Amino acid sequence: MEGLERIVGEHRFFAGLDQEFIDLVTGCCKNVRFEAGQFLLREGEAANQIYLIRHGRVALQISDPARGEIVFQTLGEGEVVGVSWLIPPYRWSHEAKALELVRAISIDAQCLRNKSEVDNRFGYEMMKRFVPVLVERLHTTRMQILDVYGTPS
Amino acid sequence: MSMALPANPVLPPMPSADPMVPHIARVRSVRQDLADVFTLEIALESGEVAPFAPGQFNMLQIFGVGEVPISFSGDPAEQDHLIHTIRAVGPVSKALTELGPGDALGLRGPFGVGWPMAEAAGQDVVIITGGLGLAPLRPALYQLLAERERYGLIVLLYGTRSPEQILYRDELEEWRRRLDMDIVITVDHADTDWRGHVGVVPALIPHATFDPLHSIALVCGPEIMMRYSIMALLDAGLKEDNIWLSMERNMKCAVGFCGHCQVGPVFVCKDGPVFRYDRIRQLLTLKEF
Repeated sequence: MEGLERIVGEHRFFAGLDQEFIDLVTGCCKNVRFEAGQFLLREGEAANQIYLIRHGRVALQISDPARGEIVFQTLGEGEVVGVSWLIPPYRWSHEAKALELVRAISIDAQCLRNKSEVDNRFGYEMMKRFVPVLVERLHTTRMQILDVYGTPS
Repeated sequence: MSMALPANPVLPPMPSADPMVPHIARVRSVRQDLADVFTLEIALESGEVAPFAPGQFNMLQIFGVGEVPISFSGDPAEQDHLIHTIRAVGPVSKALTELGPGDALGLRGPFGVGWPMAEAAGQDVVIITGGLGLAPLRPALYQLLAERERYGLIVLLYGTRSPEQILYRDELEEWRRRLDMDIVITVDHADTDWRGHVGVVPALIPHATFDPLHSIALVCGPEIMMRYSIMALLDAGLKEDNIWLSMERNMKCAVGFCGHCQVGPVFVCKDGPVFRYDRIRQLLTLKEF
């Protein structure tokens, strides 16, 4: 656990987090790896994990029978896969697939939610870290929807 | 060849020319880059050389149809011909892209204020561009690479709609093999054959390697992309006076007579199109008069 605690504390996403909170997060964590082509999560499944990428790249995508897999974002080292764990009904709305060997920290989302309920200071700290990810994804999506590289009509 | 240019160079229109009277030029070759994007190589019929600074533009004219501003997109060191990359969107640009070798067109220029190449010397240079915005920055890239030792790190962050829409793909792949510059390309959407980034250009900025205290950023692309990118550059620690951008407006006369491109007190055609961010920050979201 000591090694994992260090890894969690050194991950960019948790930079500056108080030691007591690192201990709480680490209690919900384990190390995982995915080979290229393996899915980290699938659309429609329960959002029970959060992945902090330590190494490798992950594609966020939606599959369409006619168009195949449509990648709408790629994520890499230091970034977070999975924010649907924050908001009911805690269900993935897309897929995440490893584009190459991925090493990550997997966080048990139910564990994190429970600890956030018990310790609201901890929960608020988690919110302060995860909400910017949501906002950044919203900005990205907005720019993609605007199709800024398209020809003005 | 080393060119001692002022910080934000302005080369006057060609000698002895009334800036409103077009020269006759002829098409040497046409290359189709994308479905609706073409690159013309043209030369003046008079045989005159036509020096320009990266970031400047010409007014290209199809007689009887009209005239449009088109940025230089070729190598400023090659002065016996001019390169212009054009997207076919309106009657004039469509007519330009339908020209073939030997066809004549009118040309006025060069006009406008270019990229601050001299000011960039000794600093890291972060080039942020999207879509067809790569075309006005390509002359700057040629000059940076020709005088590579004058600059620190060179970083090119380029975004476009899809892998099929990557402009100058061969050249980008060639530059990517160089060991003295970083190139990151991102697309809005892709299928699983694409091995690069998917996402928007501003999201690349926090991951790029440069010294924010000793960097200059050159930004060109759709204005929404530029505004978000500038926010990300400021978040990364760049100062406002080290961020330069090229604005696109409805330029007609190109010399500040007509006011079509006026934004607040600024005429984009003669005061720009390249501006330092802190000088036009308040004008970025204004519509032209």
